[in-house]
Amino acid sequence: MTIVYEDRGDETTADVPVRRIKFTINGQKMIAEVEPRLLLSHLIRRGLQLTGTHMGCDTTNCGACTVLVDGRPVKSCTMLAVQADGHEISTVEGLAGPSELHPLQEGFKQEHGLQCGFCTPGMMMAAKALLAENPDPTEDEVRWALSGNLCRCTGYQNIVKSVLWAAEKLRGSGA
Amino acid sequence: MTQALDEIKIGGLGASRKRVEDDRFIRGKGNYTDDITLPGMLHMEILRSPLAHARIKSIDTSKAWEIPGVHLVLTGEMMATRNLAWMPTLSYDTQAVLATDKVRFQGQEVACVIADDPYIAKDACEAIDVEYEPLPAIVNPVQAVADGAPVIRDDKENQPDNVIYNWEVGDKTGTDAAFEQADMVSKLELHYPRSHPSPIECCGSIADFNRATSKLTVYMTTQAPHIIRAAVALVAELPEHMIRIISPDIGGGFGNKVPVYPGYVCSILASILLERPVKWIEDKSGNLISTGFARDVYLKGEMALRKDGKILGVRMHTDADHGAFFSDAQPSKFKIGLMHSAFAAYDLPAAHLTARGTYSNKAPGGVAYRCSFRVTEAMFFQERMMQAAATDLGMDQAAFRRMNFVRDEDFPHRTPFGFLTDSGQYAKCLDVGLRAIGYEDFRAKQAVARKNGKLLGLGISTMTEPLGAGNSREFDILGIKMFDSAELKVHMTGKAILRTGAKTQGQGHETTWAQIVSHELGIPAEDVVVEEGDTDTAPFGMGTYASRSTPVAGAAVAMVARKIRAKARKLAAHLLEVSEEDVEWELGRFYVRSAPERGVTIQEASMAAYSNMPDGMEPGLENTAYYDPPNLTWPFAVYIVTVEVDPETGVWDVLNMVAVDDCGVRINPMIVEGQIMGGLTEAYAMANMQFITFDAEGNCVGSNYMDYLLPSAWETPGFELHSEVVTPCPHHPIGAKGIGECAAVGGPAAFVNAVLDALDGTGVRNIDMPLLPDRVWEAITHRRDISGAPPVRADD
Repeated sequence: MTIVYEDRGDETTADVPVRRIKFTINGQKMIAEVEPRLLLSHLIRRGLQLTGTHMGCDTTNCGACTVLVDGRPVKSCTMLAVQADGHEISTVEGLAGPSELHPLQEGFKQEHGLQCGFCTPGMMMAAKALLAENPDPTEDEVRWALSGNLCRCTGYQNIVKSVLWAAEKLRGSGA
Repeated sequence: MTQALDEIKIGGLGASRKRVEDDRFIRGKGNYTDDITLPGMLHMEILRSPLAHARIKSIDTSKAWEIPGVHLVLTGEMMATRNLAWMPTLSYDTQAVLATDKVRFQGQEVACVIADDPYIAKDACEAIDVEYEPLPAIVNPVQAVADGAPVIRDDKENQPDNVIYNWEVGDKTGTDAAFEQADMVSKLELHYPRSHPSPIECCGSIADFNRATSKLTVYMTTQAPHIIRAAVALVAELPEHMIRIISPDIGGGFGNKVPVYPGYVCSILASILLERPVKWIEDKSGNLISTGFARDVYLKGEMALRKDGKILGVRMHTDADHGAFFSDAQPSKFKIGLMHSAFAAYDLPAAHLTARGTYSNKAPGGVAYRCSFRVTEAMFFQERMMQAAATDLGMDQAAFRRMNFVRDEDFPHRTPFGFLTDSGQYAKCLDVGLRAIGYEDFRAKQAVARKNGKLLGLGISTMTEPLGAGNSREFDILGIKMFDSAELKVHMTGKAILRTGAKTQGQGHETTWAQIVSHELGIPAEDVVVEEGDTDTAPFGMGTYASRSTPVAGAAVAMVARKIRAKARKLAAHLLEVSEEDVEWELGRFYVRSAPERGVTIQEASMAAYSNMPDGMEPGLENTAYYDPPNLTWPFAVYIVTVEVDPETGVWDVLNMVAVDDCGVRINPMIVEGQIMGGLTEAYAMANMQFITFDAEGNCVGSNYMDYLLPSAWETPGFELHSEVVTPCPHHPIGAKGIGECAAVGGPAAFVNAVLDALDGTGVRNIDMPLLPDRVWEAITHRRDISGAPPVRADD
């Protein structure tokens, strides 16, 4: 990421350290030059312009920024971009192709699993990790798997239904 | 041709239509404020006060200016030169934008930095050196009025103490007389603790002042964009037509995004000064410690009772802690909002309420957190008082309520505080709830369990909430009357665009408003696109809060559609070559009364508006409606909870929860149920864990999600919803009432009543929310009330 500074006749700008990292985002190989302190969530949102990953609390509590790193759900506000070096990241934008929907996306619409939509991408990514590990979860297992993701609108009942809807569809399709 | 349309199939009234807005949200293609990037955009961060009450001795910003990438450092002193150090509040007080003389709460805005990058702006905030002289902090109303208490608002003339108002409503003489006749008097005292709406998305804005056009565009997280435009015009003295407020997708509001916050004002000024777009995105701690809180009211009251259980009168007193500035975001003509809606569902001969508001060194705001302006406190006290009175009388909880309900045949009913309730079937709702929870069976099971040392409890709560501000007689914001609006443009092919003055934040307006148009015109809902939130295109309206969208803007949608239909009827008559009086309407089609097979569809009439209008008729098919409701709408609900309390740990679990909501006609049942479940969850959160408090120095405890607990999917119980009772609103065009907040309003008392019911016989009369395990354990173990939040709480 390029930052242009005003030239004040000193060399302070040169002090900003930059690291080069290589990673995969939604299947695409990328290289980025980042400040070591840059958060992964900011690399995704500002560097890659993938704004579907939201930031709610920037303290690892709300889960709105959940992405998958090598298939595991991670709250990207509490991981540094440099830690993504050599890893595979998936975001909501990578769930399905341009004119397709992932069963989770369908499920959330069918079961009214979202209202304001802010927690939804993180919620779906956490659910995706669950279903990859456990294709036929119970309601309790869904609730436990999503307990790191907060929603203020829905009361969760429909989110749980959405995930179970998606699980059933995924099982049916043999995916 | 003559086959009538199936309204449900075209997505009309009563269809559980899947949401239109979901299509972008599930793809991560929403457009929230922080998702917007403008060319040349800079980033703003705010430096906040670490102290609750302190005099500012000096602010040294020189080191911040030296950091490369910093463009501007704003302080209160600089704001003052532009007359912007203070701003007016919605409650006719003033609020500091950036502190000049003192800081008055922890987290108050002291300075802000605008830089190339938010990381640089944050670095620069840390480089600002502020010297404070600490002052004693006031954190509750008792301290606020104590002798020798420091005066928090020494900036104001004629403010010798910390009292904001003393106010009263009701009939004192009549109430005194009722108490003289009483066989017994029941009393209750409690604290409705401070809470925070805490939408997952924090507040933010992007101000973009264009010097070339003199136009200021602000993208911001606001539930009421037109109010913001008016406020900016009045406060910043900018011409109103040169201000455009755009409220993009909002990540939840719940009242938190109604007020004007200093961050918005600073980003606007910074953009004007720098002539570049300036983005401010608040972090979670900033949101929790500085923006609109809710509740924080100490309530006490007594109820005059006849031996047989008839209520003769109620006295109430409220002590409200408003924080450092009286900036309650409430538009009623009443100082403590709609607190006097308490007991509206009960037939009360007399009632009197006194209220006092005080300042403290806590964040200001007083927002209507998922409720209609203090109704949550009113209904909570009502239902806690009802439980206490029934217990004192030795009467059954359900029977006591049923006996005192306003009866179906007594509407319209004037409450002792002057409200006019207009419809409801209260006893029927209660019966549905009792049946669903298995009332008699549970009572039997409870008695057996108690013999075995198990504590089971059942809590009932009812509520009727005055929803849908205005009417314009009793509600205004800074003098602007509380109506709302809708504009409908039907294109020649019969497709349409609808805009309203409301602003959805998850309620699904894009889906439901189209359903109302569909109901009125027979245009399939999918043919109607809905837009809100841009003041340059939307008709003037007051925004979305206090469950006012359906009662007011939703009514305007129906009314504008009827205007369109009236014109379309003339066009149809012209096309059918008959007089207008001979034209009949069925959903989506006009036809000749004497020859029903001869008709034109609404789409054909739309085309005629642009291609074949009668002589003398103005072309086009567009209109606007402004709607000033004749009264509030009064939904009613019964919530019943059963719990088991563990006496060893104080932990309580919800066994069942039943919700019976009568909100009149449901536009989209799926969305209504979603709103109810969301409200029940917030009710559970308030009763169980949401806890924001302050230590004696005024440090906010609950400034992040590790301390301020929100329930996750794991803790949140399941809910059983009932929709069989429907009492249409008599004055709303489609018979709908507000619903978005009912469950959050009426729910908390059900949980608390259930836990206290489990403790029946221990002598414990009250435990303040949240009912944390340590509080419940202490109440059980020491058989005493836990009332009054720390540090007011006197331990023995």
